Amino acid sequence: MSNVSGKSHSKLAGIFNQDEPRVDWHDETLWWVRQKRDIQAHKLPEWELLRETASQIKNNVLSNLSAYLEQFEANAINNGIIVHWAADAAEHNQIVHRLLQERGINRMVKSKSMLTEECHLNEYLKEQGIDVIDSDLGERIVQLAGEPPSHIVLPCIHKKKEEIGDIFHEHLGSAKGESDPKILTETARQHLREVFLTRRAALTGVNFAIAETGEFVICTNEGNADMGAHLAEIHIASMGIEKIIPERKHLGVFLRLLTRSATGQPITTYSSHFKRPQSGTEIHIVIVDNGRSIQLDREDFRNSLKCIRCGACMNTCPVYRKSGGHSYHTAVAGPIGSILAPNLDMKKYADLPFASTLCGSCSNVCPVKIDIHDQLYKWRQVIVKEGYSPKAKTMAMKAMAFTLSSPTLYRSGGKVGRLVFKYAPFAVNNGLNPWYKHREMPKAPKESFGEWYSKRKEGKQ
Amino acid sequence: MSREKILAAVKKNQFTHAPLPDLEILSTLTATGDNLVHQYTSVASAGGSFVYEVKDLEAIKTILHKEFKPGVKIISGIQELDAYTYAGNVLQESSHSFADAELTILQSNLGVAENGALWLTESQMNIRVLPFISQHLAVVISQEALVPTMAQAYAQIGNADYGYGAFISGPSKTADIEQSLVIGAHGPRSLSVFILT
Amino acid sequence: MKVALFVPCYVDQFYPKAAIATLELLEKLGVDVHYPKNQTCCGQPMANSGYEHLTTGCNNLFIDNFSGYDYIVCPSGSCTLHIKEHLHSPEKEDQAVDIRKRVYELTEFLVDVLNVKELKASFPYKVGLHQSCHGLRGLRISQMSELVAPAFSKPAQLLDMVQGLELVPLTRQDDCCGFGGTFCVAEEAVSSKMGKDRVDDHIEHGAQYITSADLSCLMHMEGILRRQKSDVKVIHMAEILNHYSHE
Repeated sequence: MSNVSGKSHSKLAGIFNQDEPRVDWHDETLWWVRQKRDIQAHKLPEWELLRETASQIKNNVLSNLSAYLEQFEANAINNGIIVHWAADAAEHNQIVHRLLQERGINRMVKSKSMLTEECHLNEYLKEQGIDVIDSDLGERIVQLAGEPPSHIVLPCIHKKKEEIGDIFHEHLGSAKGESDPKILTETARQHLREVFLTRRAALTGVNFAIAETGEFVICTNEGNADMGAHLAEIHIASMGIEKIIPERKHLGVFLRLLTRSATGQPITTYSSHFKRPQSGTEIHIVIVDNGRSIQLDREDFRNSLKCIRCGACMNTCPVYRKSGGHSYHTAVAGPIGSILAPNLDMKKYADLPFASTLCGSCSNVCPVKIDIHDQLYKWRQVIVKEGYSPKAKTMAMKAMAFTLSSPTLYRSGGKVGRLVFKYAPFAVNNGLNPWYKHREMPKAPKESFGEWYSKRKEGKQ
Repeated sequence: MSREKILAAVKKNQFTHAPLPDLEILSTLTATGDNLVHQYTSVASAGGSFVYEVKDLEAIKTILHKEFKPGVKIISGIQELDAYTYAGNVLQESSHSFADAELTILQSNLGVAENGALWLTESQMNIRVLPFISQHLAVVISQEALVPTMAQAYAQIGNADYGYGAFISGPSKTADIEQSLVIGAHGPRSLSVFILT
Repeated sequence: MKVALFVPCYVDQFYPKAAIATLELLEKLGVDVHYPKNQTCCGQPMANSGYEHLTTGCNNLFIDNFSGYDYIVCPSGSCTLHIKEHLHSPEKEDQAVDIRKRVYELTEFLVDVLNVKELKASFPYKVGLHQSCHGLRGLRISQMSELVAPAFSKPAQLLDMVQGLELVPLTRQDDCCGFGGTFCVAEEAVSSKMGKDRVDDHIEHGAQYITSADLSCLMHMEGILRRQKSDVKVIHMAEILNHYSHE
């Protein structure tokens, strides 16, 4: 299924699959992360109850979101935090730019925020003459490589250490041919330390925003969000409206699920709770809609807003593992991305809900029990109804539906099909038949079950 | 105004009320933890922390003296550890001035056995950036301050007021390069936990 | 107990032996099996491709064929699941609801309804069990590896009753084979790769046969095996459970 820009998952996945050893490496790496998640989950006999509890908390949030947003805002303001609202990506970017401009700042350090990827913030700020440096190691690597991240938690999972070594040699002065992760990480540490110490502005994402207290939580393993925020004069935190949770104690549920699901660790190194700005500094929160309120209105798809961006669905998805995040041509890829993106631009992302076998693994690792695979099926119906399915496919489906609703047409059609297979195999065993590229066609039996049964019945009589 | 537009859209599109679940049942199922020290030590060590069981602050001083060269900048949030610069005395210094701190020693009053995390608020950190900018971090905690899981941890935190707080569960780390774990990303290169028994 | 046999369209046309084995097995177990001869297809190929709105004709035909039975048994997890979740009819909704309660995939029918405890069957070969996704995660005929929950497997339970059969372990017990309906041609590269990896897992562990409750998965894996000129064969569960050593 393709679209205006010509990008389609199947085309990009086809290119990805030209290098089979690399596909194997990508697949094994992500499967390993899935296995680490399994090990951690099995340590908690109450794991399934935790998932159900988190799911219900998020259901409650979505059913009461406007009140929670107002409560969060009021409490945050009371804490001395300044709150901004952005209806869309453009407005979010403009707000961030204005905050920097007002303070005469033209350099900023950023820690991971998939929301800002969705808004294409870095590109926008670059055009305005603002230098942005991503401080998450994986994000910094793809930034230097000039690529978007391929995974929401493991941004450069698609890159081999030799490739990263080359990037660092070119941009950060590490030795040519150096690919030891320890040495490369040390290089990044020195480089980014200098950045932290010299930036007056830091931008972060938000993992959880607590309505009850007006505080927000950021989870990292590297400590980069804190290094940036605590050394800056202004800390800007970007959050989607759905990041709200009602009460502080609910963190006791979500922080037990998030990192176990994401990387198979019991918790990230740092779970930082920001409630008030340090004296002499500012904290600004930008609350962003960008299509989320529209998704909230879609009864079949609103549950996708429960997502806590753990990435477990990507690690388990066999299609994601064997096609890579970039095949989805959108900021948030994989199963969750495929049910979020069509809401943003149905034409551009019409291919994504079809990039799945509906195996259901994603729904069963999701810590908040989003019915991802059911939503993929439902998006397919919407996309076809809205007219984003190729005409040829529609014609073929209509023909199939017609044949299959008539017993006589079905039986004669089946017989003809089997005869073609038997006597004119070249009609199907050729390069025009995609099945035939890597598979033999099934052998045609001499009679169908229906025919066999009729004979048996006659024999009995 | 976007605020009104967003809130109106959300209010219009949200649906029938779904109640909050009961967390009590969940709490009764979480581990009650016999031997929290053992569980804490095992999980924290697996995450890269160095965990020591010690009798008193003197024992801590002895270990630190062995691990850290004399003359390096050591800041302590614990006044009784008087061999070092007391954080309370340097509150007026800029955050940036701690860039050359080799070791920071802080006290925590809440540790979580299931994940090796230690809760530190701004008042225990003294300066927010200190436990991040320092090359190494050490935290002292009494064994009675350990709880089994995050559920009990947040029950203990309750509605306490803080400007900033963090759960810290190990040295800073990353596995972004081919899932190869490297200890010492942007925060401290090591975390030493001293459990007072 | 009046039981109707629902034979998936591609099984009817390309793998009749599996349907024959299903029929014979049920009759051996004393079941009164009827085969509604005007059945065609459950409608899944259209529905999964986004054309659920075109399946009314199929649905009505299904309802006409399968009303009035105590159970409807089908040797396919995905077709069974599709009927269970998606059989609707504007004119005959009550009948649709009733049928959805009565449709069973073969292995769950044998274990849960017939309570089969022993089988006179033998299949002295090394067999790899492929857990088809719809049967596994949709119908829950086995426990999926994603959940923290007690392990069980209705297919394995039945295969355990077959003399001489050795079930081989696999590295990944429930990774998808990649068939996925029209996915197999629309996303050909990923589909073949997924199938190839599944097949490799079975071959590495010495399987002589790959079996499953779903022939769609087996058809896809067979295509890959035959392209590789492998000796490994695919066989539907029904054919194993109905198999005698003297045959």
